[in-house]
Amino acid sequence: MAELTEQEQAVADREAEAESDSSRKGWKQALTDSTAFIFLALLGMLIAFTVLRPEAFASVNNLRNIAIAASILLVLSIGQTFVITTAGIDISVGSMLVFSGVVASMVMAEVNGGQGWTAVFVGTAAAVLAGAFWGLVNGLLITKAQLPPLIVTLGTFGGVLGFAKVLTGGINLRTVPDELVNTLGIGRLFGVIPWIVILALLITTIAGIVMRFTRFGRYTIAIGSSEEAARRVGINVDRHLLKVYLVSGVLSGIAGMMSLARFTNTTIQGHDTDNLQSIAAVVIGGTSLFGGIATMFGTLVGVFIPTTLQNGFVILRIQPFWQEVAVGAVLIIAVYVDQLKRRARDRL
Amino acid sequence: MGETTEALLQARGIFKNFGHVRALRGCDFDVYPGEVVAMIGDNGAGKSTLVKILAGVQPPDEGEILFEGRPVTLSDPTAAQRLGIETVYQDLALAPDLDPAANLFLGRELVKPGILGRLGFLDTATMHEKTRTAFKNLGAGVQSETDSVASMSGGQRQSIAVSRAATWANRLVIMDEPTAALGVVQSKAVIELIKRVRDQGIAIVIISHNMPEVLEVSDRVEVLRLGKRVARFRTAETDMDALVGAMTGALVQEDA
Repeated sequence: MAELTEQEQAVADREAEAESDSSRKGWKQALTDSTAFIFLALLGMLIAFTVLRPEAFASVNNLRNIAIAASILLVLSIGQTFVITTAGIDISVGSMLVFSGVVASMVMAEVNGGQGWTAVFVGTAAAVLAGAFWGLVNGLLITKAQLPPLIVTLGTFGGVLGFAKVLTGGINLRTVPDELVNTLGIGRLFGVIPWIVILALLITTIAGIVMRFTRFGRYTIAIGSSEEAARRVGINVDRHLLKVYLVSGVLSGIAGMMSLARFTNTTIQGHDTDNLQSIAAVVIGGTSLFGGIATMFGTLVGVFIPTTLQNGFVILRIQPFWQEVAVGAVLIIAVYVDQLKRRARDRL
Repeated sequence: MGETTEALLQARGIFKNFGHVRALRGCDFDVYPGEVVAMIGDNGAGKSTLVKILAGVQPPDEGEILFEGRPVTLSDPTAAQRLGIETVYQDLALAPDLDPAANLFLGRELVKPGILGRLGFLDTATMHEKTRTAFKNLGAGVQSETDSVASMSGGQRQSIAVSRAATWANRLVIMDEPTAALGVVQSKAVIELIKRVRDQGIAIVIISHNMPEVLEVSDRVEVLRLGKRVARFRTAETDMDALVGAMTGALVQEDA
């Protein structure tokens, strides 16, 4: 009789254990689904700022400002997402942006004295080609010379910005066609949505579809997940990595054109921290720094978090420098969560 | 021993050095169509090196590989795959963040018909469907084709790797210690899976340290020792003592 109750007790214990195990799992799952978590954090911020200063923060004008401020960084971060998904890194995005803008401005100066749609199209082509060139250089050094991405792009980060300064003598160029400024720079669709925001969202959407539904995205994830597995099944890993760094270069070129349109000069001094900001946005959004897990929607959210904080702090008259502190903390938490997730997975 | 039929794959006089280490010293190996042949040997006998050469991962320093009697050069894994040879590596070579279907079709993705396919859009539905069918036909115990491989047990991962090889190989599957990391129940499941692959008429080379397993699943056994083949047996005519004797050098066959 005593034995029986002991057995019953043991069974009950096991059941209770299993139950708390599964509830713990559910809770952990929610916490480690980092994109959903970070999206809720962004919503929380938006709600908090709205409640604190509804008329100033939640106005159409202010929300539009946030979106404009985020759009150029978003395009850089999309390229960065592809790169980080392969377990790589691209430190040179901001420098490729500046270089592309400089080349575009110089080329446009030669077309109709820097005005007109022809200048805009020729300049855009020049910016894209300039970005593509440096992306290709990064990719070739990483795949053919087999150097670590961090070192290669650290080198081009300094070198490419140096070239841009050599070309201009260190002085910002101001040749930007009015047609570009009035459309991509300050133009709006129906007078409401800025074209620069539409372009950034369009690129994000296309990138999200490519990552999720195409062979290109599948190979990007596979290489980041296990480069050796990708090689053994016959995927041309080097050629794919070359394409990924090329994409990052091309998007930096497009971002260079966006920057010209918005600021009407080449902003040589303004992009030193674009690389770190884009890496932070990508990782905060839930793309794994260790490769193999990608989310373009997460990157979109990850770009908006620092921008929203900055804007909200200014409106609340909190020293905006706190934004930098907050983003640093969020970044570290995001990587920590990513690592927890991996450890939990690898225990299986 | 297949004297009447032509060998599917033959290695003849293979040499392979790594620096001062002489991994293979004139090694021979034969696989006949549709048979399960076990490759056994003590640690350092050269089994893994020979597998890498047969799979096209590494080139031999010397010696030749014959496929259906013709000399072939296996310059990379895809060269072996084109001949219908697939390999299940000890580390499985799966992408852990992808699901089983994505792994089964990795590098051989199906794309949608028409313009979308030209743009590289994946036909995920068909790939999942075919993966389900492959798992069902092979009786592989994989519960889900849509969870990531990382969330699965060692046995399930092994089943995915074996199923992938069996799906694409039409002549030969090479398996490097497929049950070494598995528990008793999972090992048994993988052995059953191997038998079903054999029943489809695909030849199998299995490397194993587990003698009861070798005796259960193989038709023939070839023994390597110090980089050479030292003995060949029909499984039905041998026993554990003979196999162990050949592995340790106590038993030597002159004509091996």
